[in-house]
Amino acid sequence: MYEGAVQDLIDELGRLPGIGPKSAQRVAFHILEADGEDMKRLADAITTVKEKVKFCAICFNVSEENTCRICQDSRRDPSLLCVVEESKDVMAIERTRSFRGKYHVLGGSINPIAGIGPDQLHIRELLSRLSDDTITEVIVATDPNLEGEATATYLYRMLGSIGIKLTRLASGLPVGGDLEYADDVTLGRAFEGRTVMS
Amino acid sequence: MAGSTFASRSYRDAAIILRTQNLGEADRIITALTSANGLVRAVAKGVRRTSSKFGATVEPFMVADIQFVHGRSLDIVTQATSKNTYGPPIVADYDKYMAASTMAETAERLMDVESDPAFGGAQFRLLHGGYSALARGVHPADVVLNSYLLRALSSAGWAVTWTACVACGKPGAHTGFHPAASGPVCTDCRPPGTRTLDPATVELLHALQHGHWEQTRAFRSDIRHEATNVVISYAQHHLERRLTSLGL
Repeated sequence: MYEGAVQDLIDELGRLPGIGPKSAQRVAFHILEADGEDMKRLADAITTVKEKVKFCAICFNVSEENTCRICQDSRRDPSLLCVVEESKDVMAIERTRSFRGKYHVLGGSINPIAGIGPDQLHIRELLSRLSDDTITEVIVATDPNLEGEATATYLYRMLGSIGIKLTRLASGLPVGGDLEYADDVTLGRAFEGRTVMS
Repeated sequence: MAGSTFASRSYRDAAIILRTQNLGEADRIITALTSANGLVRAVAKGVRRTSSKFGATVEPFMVADIQFVHGRSLDIVTQATSKNTYGPPIVADYDKYMAASTMAETAERLMDVESDPAFGGAQFRLLHGGYSALARGVHPADVVLNSYLLRALSSAGWAVTWTACVACGKPGAHTGFHPAASGPVCTDCRPPGTRTLDPATVELLHALQHGHWEQTRAFRSDIRHEATNVVISYAQHHLERRLTSLGL
């Protein structure tokens, strides 16, 4: 145990995701040894992000204003809505530059054992957004893992009857990999989602 | 020397993945019920990357042959080969997904209390059968869940005798039920708070506990609903905790 401020810093760093006691100690000592101005910038950045950044009132993406830049952008196609789990998924899709619609961030995925059900996600707000006729297609882009698939199944159950086109991102073999190393679930998905070449 | 050290620290076992939680950048901690080593918590490194070779194999509800290496606090998954891919058919139906989650939560709780390998083996076979039934869709999800819960509790020592009063032994299908009494009670032995069940519910619960699947098809949905409430209150009483997945 260290004394006072150093131990406080280690304890606080240790509460961050993915940082155990050893890593917390290493980061704390890096902060102690680093340039004071650099660490002041880090502290300011943390303070600023907590003061300024909030969630968009429409899509729940992170934003410094009441509505995010994507929701404000009139050049985007309002008829397409991509449903993702987290804000970082919006960034991943934006990097592809192939989607020009809008987003809805659920804030996670359905995980019953962790106590996360539909009521803990922004699904009710999604249904509200679909109540007018502007949106014609909802693209479900939840993670291709079990919780993501379960969330997609639940969304299909909720949205399947309201007449909006509901699509799911394709999944299959990663580009650059060898077929022999593919696991059977992924390979099975690739077969189900095969496309016509001619 | 390094090879022999690795061999002595590693073991291979069939495992059902109960749940996962993210760790660090791309790793996951998996909680698995194994056939011979009980409950194992291990780190599966890099499985959240799309290039992972066994990410899909160590998803919840999958049965896999897994090679583990003993670690300091958590074991490490070094290889995983899929045996039964129950995950995709279960997750395609929301009711099955909720039932499978409750079964996983129950199995983990039971294994936390009782670490005997023979008990673990029995729980493994029971859960394997339950997930297989859910994936094949031969019975409704609530029927499979209730049957699993009653049988899992039976193997843990909390078997219910549906054909006699648990307090005085008077034979008959008694309709009084109190979770703390561990079974049906006659009119003379009813403790305060005893609920009165429909006789058909008692019959259904008996069929569920003994796996008489054909009989379970004959019951109305309200009887199945009452049976579900009985099983849940009984399970939560003996597990000494609320099942999180049931509260959603």
